[in-house]
Amino acid sequence: MNTLVTRSIQALMVAVLIGAATFAMMRSLPGDAAYRIAAGRYGYDNVDTAAADAVREELGLGGPALPAFLGWLGDLLRLDFGTSLVTGQPVIAEIGHQLGASLSLAAVAVLLSLLIGPPLGILAGLRPGGVLDRVLLVVSTGLKAVPQFLMALILILVLSVQFRLLPAAGHGEARHFILPALALVLGLAAVNARIARDAMARIAAMPFYSFAQWKGLSPRQTLLRHGLRNVSVPLLTYLGLQFVTLVEGVVVVEAVFGWPGIGHALVHAIFSRDVPMVQGTALVLGLSFVLINALMDFVTQKIDPRRSA
Amino acid sequence: MTDAVMIPRSAGHAVRWTGAALVAAVLAVALIGPLVLPGDPYAQSLLKSLSGPEAAAPLGYDHLGRSIFHRLAHALRLSPAIAVAAVLTAGATGLALGTLAAARGGWTDRVLTTLADALLALPGLLLVLIVLAIVPGTALGFWAGLSLVLWVEFFRLTRAATRDTLASPAVQASRLLGFGPAYIFRTHIWPEIAPMMLTAAAFGTATAIMAIAALGFVHVGMRAPTPELGLMMVELLPYWREAPLALLSPVIATFALLLGLTLLAGSRET
Repeated sequence: MNTLVTRSIQALMVAVLIGAATFAMMRSLPGDAAYRIAAGRYGYDNVDTAAADAVREELGLGGPALPAFLGWLGDLLRLDFGTSLVTGQPVIAEIGHQLGASLSLAAVAVLLSLLIGPPLGILAGLRPGGVLDRVLLVVSTGLKAVPQFLMALILILVLSVQFRLLPAAGHGEARHFILPALALVLGLAAVNARIARDAMARIAAMPFYSFAQWKGLSPRQTLLRHGLRNVSVPLLTYLGLQFVTLVEGVVVVEAVFGWPGIGHALVHAIFSRDVPMVQGTALVLGLSFVLINALMDFVTQKIDPRRSA
Repeated sequence: MTDAVMIPRSAGHAVRWTGAALVAAVLAVALIGPLVLPGDPYAQSLLKSLSGPEAAAPLGYDHLGRSIFHRLAHALRLSPAIAVAAVLTAGATGLALGTLAAARGGWTDRVLTTLADALLALPGLLLVLIVLAIVPGTALGFWAGLSLVLWVEFFRLTRAATRDTLASPAVQASRLLGFGPAYIFRTHIWPEIAPMMLTAAAFGTATAIMAIAALGFVHVGMRAPTPELGLMMVELLPYWREAPLALLSPVIATFALLLGLTLLAGSRET
């Protein structure tokens, strides 16, 4: 109950912050917003004063700040995102269209990273200081120092330019998933593996774990009955927090690979100063973070009832 | 609990020193290199386009015939300078607000924590992009945006550590003896949070450098012709077959810098 209230307040604050930030963005655009929007709509060669004035008239870009801001926040809280300044389509429809592509990419990346990272981390955590543990430490430290865009660059150079194995851009077929997903997976898996390894090492060193083995359970049974459930709690909590990193990765990776998702759209919206699109996208991303973490709170409390006490 | 238990203390120190040495080496090239070998990062000479290394340009030339070495040195001053400025601002703000929230409690604490939690829910790159659109000047925008993103981490660390310390018997004793807030901060709180601050600062610097490079790479950060790490990579990407060294130099320099900062931060997980 308490976490629900906290998360609701967090969600509300996220909405107000984004509202304020995008309003400030709208108000302080360098140059005349009307010209920029007109350029976005009609192309840079077709902009003249008449077109800019028509845009200004239509969108009400003049006027005092405070009533405009309150109206702005009111629209936002009624979940009325307005229409894209560039395409003229409702923002909701545009986001709904792009979210699917991003979600499928993010889901593939998270699932793959969960298949690679935690199993290796658990194996390493069962023998702290062993060969696997040391190798994993070196590899994950190295991978963490490679930002996603650099990973994308390296993958493009090695797999699609040098060996011509995979397409560097495109969307629609399964093989187009491989490079963007891989660029995200390696970084995520490196961190997942470290979290799982630390949790496993800590739990394996606890008295109850040794007791389970003394009473005659095999290492395998001990791990399945007593290890995994305990390891999953910090891992899930961390996965929720990692959502922000994932979104940042998705934004960059989509822009690099030309993936038609929410991140790609966001970069374009920022570039052409399409404020309603920026606002809608930012709100969807921020609220999904709150929602996912609320879900993780709930799930971890189910897994480990001690946490709700 | 973390690696500190498993790895001997000396090994942890060795890792940190390796990181510091790596960062120092990269920065030394950036700061001293152009002094030893003067050159202009903007000077073009199309005849030398994509040609290999020579005495005046140890890393060869880019597609417009500009010396990669001098552009790289310039880029390696720019991003770390912005990153360090942002981390200093964020660190000071986070430290002040975190101590304030822990010391005051009540509504001050609640409002600041709610604000920090809300900021935590937003992807950092998104905030930086929005601030970049508001603030005139790219370098200034990066500084403001990154400061806005990074202070939350410092705030959370300071607040948590200060709350624990303020509740300790040692602080109670100091208060009973009549010492003021400044003394308590200096003798009790600062020694507790100083080591954490170093780790957070190293991570923050790495995050900031990554953000600047990533946005440069997708063409929404620094503008050409400014030499910037991400921008150099994306400019040189089409010429990979003709001049692999030209592309590899910024890639390797970025990786070395980020790896150094990660090692310097130590083994704490983020």
